[in-house]
Amino acid sequence: MIVGTDILSMLLGGLAAGMVLFIVSVGLSVTMGLMGFVNLAHGAFAMLGGYVIVLTMRYWGIGFVPALALGFVVIAAVSIVFERLLYARLYRASELDQVLFTIGLVFFMIAAVTLIVGPENQQLMLPSWLQGQLDLGIVQYRTYSIFLIVVGSAIALGLWLGFERTRMGAQIRAAVDNRRMAESLGINIDRLFMLTFAFGSGMAAIGGGLGAEFIGLNPQYPLIYLVYFLIVVAVGGLGRVTGVFFAALIIGVLDFALKKYLPQGGTLFIYALAILLLLWRPQGLFGGKPT
Amino acid sequence: MSAPGLSEHPAARAMVARHRLRAWEPLPWILAFGFYFAFPNHLGFGTDLLIMILFALSLDLALGYAGIVTLGHAAFFGAGAYAVGLLAHHGVWNEPITGLVIGAAVAGLIGLISGLTLLRTTGLTLLMLTLCTMALLEEAANMGEKYTGGFDGLPNLPIPPLFGLFEFNPLYPRVQYLYVLGVLFVCFLFVRMLVYSPFGQSLTGIRENVLRMHAVGAPVNWRLITCYTISAAIAGVAGALWVQTNTYVNLTSLGLDRAATVLIILVLGGYGRLYGAFVGAVVYMALSHFLAKVYPTAWQLGLGLLLMLIALFARNGVLGLWDRLMGRLLSRRAPP
Amino acid sequence: MIGKFILASALATVACLAQAQEVRIGVNLPYTGIGAELAQQIDRGMEQYLKLNPVKGYKITIVKRDVKDPSGGNARNVIQELLTQDKVDVLAGWVYSPNAIAAAPVVNAGKKLAVIMNAGTAHITQMSNYYVRTSFSMWHAGYTMGEAAAKNLKAKTAVVGFTDFPPGKDMLASFRRAFEASGGKVLDEIPMGSAGAVPDFTPFFQRAKDKKPDVFFVFVPAGDHSSAVVRTYGALGMRAAGIKLIGPGDITQDNKLQGMGSAAVGLVTMHHYHADLTNAENQRFVASWKKDYGADSTPDFMAVGGYDGMAAIAHAIRATKGKVDAEEALTALRGWKFASPRGPILIDPETRDIVMNQYLSEVIMKNGRLFQNTIATFENVKDACKALKIPPCK
Repeated sequence: MIVGTDILSMLLGGLAAGMVLFIVSVGLSVTMGLMGFVNLAHGAFAMLGGYVIVLTMRYWGIGFVPALALGFVVIAAVSIVFERLLYARLYRASELDQVLFTIGLVFFMIAAVTLIVGPENQQLMLPSWLQGQLDLGIVQYRTYSIFLIVVGSAIALGLWLGFERTRMGAQIRAAVDNRRMAESLGINIDRLFMLTFAFGSGMAAIGGGLGAEFIGLNPQYPLIYLVYFLIVVAVGGLGRVTGVFFAALIIGVLDFALKKYLPQGGTLFIYALAILLLLWRPQGLFGGKPT
Repeated sequence: MSAPGLSEHPAARAMVARHRLRAWEPLPWILAFGFYFAFPNHLGFGTDLLIMILFALSLDLALGYAGIVTLGHAAFFGAGAYAVGLLAHHGVWNEPITGLVIGAAVAGLIGLISGLTLLRTTGLTLLMLTLCTMALLEEAANMGEKYTGGFDGLPNLPIPPLFGLFEFNPLYPRVQYLYVLGVLFVCFLFVRMLVYSPFGQSLTGIRENVLRMHAVGAPVNWRLITCYTISAAIAGVAGALWVQTNTYVNLTSLGLDRAATVLIILVLGGYGRLYGAFVGAVVYMALSHFLAKVYPTAWQLGLGLLLMLIALFARNGVLGLWDRLMGRLLSRRAPP
Repeated sequence: MIGKFILASALATVACLAQAQEVRIGVNLPYTGIGAELAQQIDRGMEQYLKLNPVKGYKITIVKRDVKDPSGGNARNVIQELLTQDKVDVLAGWVYSPNAIAAAPVVNAGKKLAVIMNAGTAHITQMSNYYVRTSFSMWHAGYTMGEAAAKNLKAKTAVVGFTDFPPGKDMLASFRRAFEASGGKVLDEIPMGSAGAVPDFTPFFQRAKDKKPDVFFVFVPAGDHSSAVVRTYGALGMRAAGIKLIGPGDITQDNKLQGMGSAAVGLVTMHHYHADLTNAENQRFVASWKKDYGADSTPDFMAVGGYDGMAAIAHAIRATKGKVDAEEALTALRGWKFASPRGPILIDPETRDIVMNQYLSEVIMKNGRLFQNTIATFENVKDACKALKIPPCK
């Protein structure tokens, strides 16, 4: 029974971490799949969202869940401005120019947040109902982790339904698989991209707020966690919601297990794992289309 | 359609003449020499700048000419750095010039091995594979702290005088500057020769149209692996120089920061054009150095803005912008 | 003798009338990147010293330079330029140990007094004879806590969790040595990710919980890690399982403490400074700090490293009449005593490292805010690494 609860708590911890990865990365995957746009500034939107969420909770005293919603709306709106004014000029540019632009944007945002808010870590105050432990019958576990798993699953289900069952979802899938064909069928890719970009940035904002409890929130956030988001996207396959979901969960759980049972290995295993997965399935675990 | 007519075509002439030495090409070297006399108190920065140019040049070979988009080039910089650092620290070998050869060999070997496995992929997958390989090496260096010194690094490496004559003074790094300048010059000549050779032309062909190169029977994969190995070896030389001039090496020589910086520098300057590495390194390093001096806490704001502006308005970096401006100027002058 | 004195004071007056003598201090700190917050604390610590204790008769110019990262290379260039371009008389700063290690040859060649205000790897003061350290060595808190865990807290078993970089390993080594020498047993040693990014601590803490130790000794670098540590400890129910969280003061860093919430109550730490110390110097320091930077802002041990570093420099300036000749300044600083906000301090004449009190403190709730209550004081603690000559310390 000891072994049973041990493994169960490992699964819960890993899934919770995976959910945060999923929520932040899903927008990146879809926008990269849709336009081939290499948006290294995606984590910056997660950071800005986290700041909106934490600071409005602190200074305006609004609740955690409304703050998450506010973070989503604000960042989605801000990202539309960025998309129309700046990103849109670079769709036809080479991917390296896109890299240069988005890295510049990351530097700019880091410096701006440092100047305006300060270099220090921002602490999220969880409402009391999310603190402490929850008794699940078989095992007691961190309430917040369980909350993350529930919220993450709900978001994943909603996205999956939206992707598979709505007209816009079908348009996105068509455009990811073959952009030219989709365009020639009269799908307005630019508009589609703007909407998915805003939605993806908004999701990232929620992820930034949700993750702050575990991994903190400071101006360096967009750079230090970028690699994790990119690994999830690459392993999941570009433009695949289900792919990103499972990749995030697999990486979350395996990373958790390796850290718990083999902490001496540091980050060695997770990188080795990512390399093996990518060599085995270069298009990602769930990506189909060879480019 | 006759042959002489075709060879008179301006495009054909440009093609034939492009490997020839242009009048302005000695200019960077004159400037580099001038810097030595004009700014005797900035030579530490100057040395770092020259090393960064060499490192960016090595990346240009892989990224600009062969189209291998990598975010893990610091792996080779670090490999060269640690090869020299470990041998010097453990008292095995520390002569500078042979140290460069050893650094190049070790980095080249790692380039060859990783090239054999990774270069079958492209795009984001390749980007992530190169990044993860570098992270793997970094973590390995961290775990082997007993030998590598880990995060705290290998201190006070005993680097003997160059040719047994010229001492590396830590406070006034004149010898270091000239030494690095000399090595950069030699490496540059080699790279210049390489990219204008048939081998270099076939690399450009691969970058522009892989399918066609396959169709004409070029050994695409081997060409890429060879290029990647050479590029890695040159990055190893840059790393070796960095260790010798700093008499110090630690984990950051293998880090993402360094890999991302060199990529930014190359794209900023303009890739696939030899001198992009020079322009990019000078602009980026000078700007971040002097901005950081004046605004120690806020300099990243200006740097970020510059990168965004260049990406938005220049396309293919500062040299791309230059070309467009010159093109516009010339077409205005030319009779309609 | 008297004649000499009169002459000297006459000269001083003349100098004062003519123009205050300028002393240039070159400060190297990571003003950007992950260390930016630490640099701000040290910067303000220096500023507060000069404000509360003006160095009369000298014009002090501070040249600030950003070293950006812990690569060693940038710091080396910055220090070289401070010496050759800015012609500074004193060097100060150093947040990251690698930068102090890499810069040692330049400092040796530059022959100027160099005051380390943070970097805590034990042996770095041996790398240059010009280094004087006013911060701490990892062994100060780690070794003292190892003894206190066994004797004061009566712990028999411990698990150690540490961030996987040299200060973490130093902390592990120093705690284990003292704890096991005092009869305790370390059950497990868990490396917990790198210093750069804050990891999810849950897997590491679950591993520690499974071992059921009396105490869980945790070291993470100052900055963002500490609140994640305390929250994870609270959320995993480790206190209910009878495991006490202890560590050096890095895990209850003052400017993070109030944000940790009630999970922090009961934490026991060992450190040379916390903002709730009751000595007069500290009360003056904290009050002035809060007046200048806001009531929410709190100095922490980084700030006091900067404060005391500036105090050492001021002493060197006065002792050398503003010339700050390195040899004379070092002679003046060897054995120098000072009433710091952290209590009485002394620069060890042999090692040029700091000798200071260590405070065993427990976090309690007092007037609605978290408060660090000093349980025991260990006086005049030296760096145990050098005292015991544990390699690479000599």
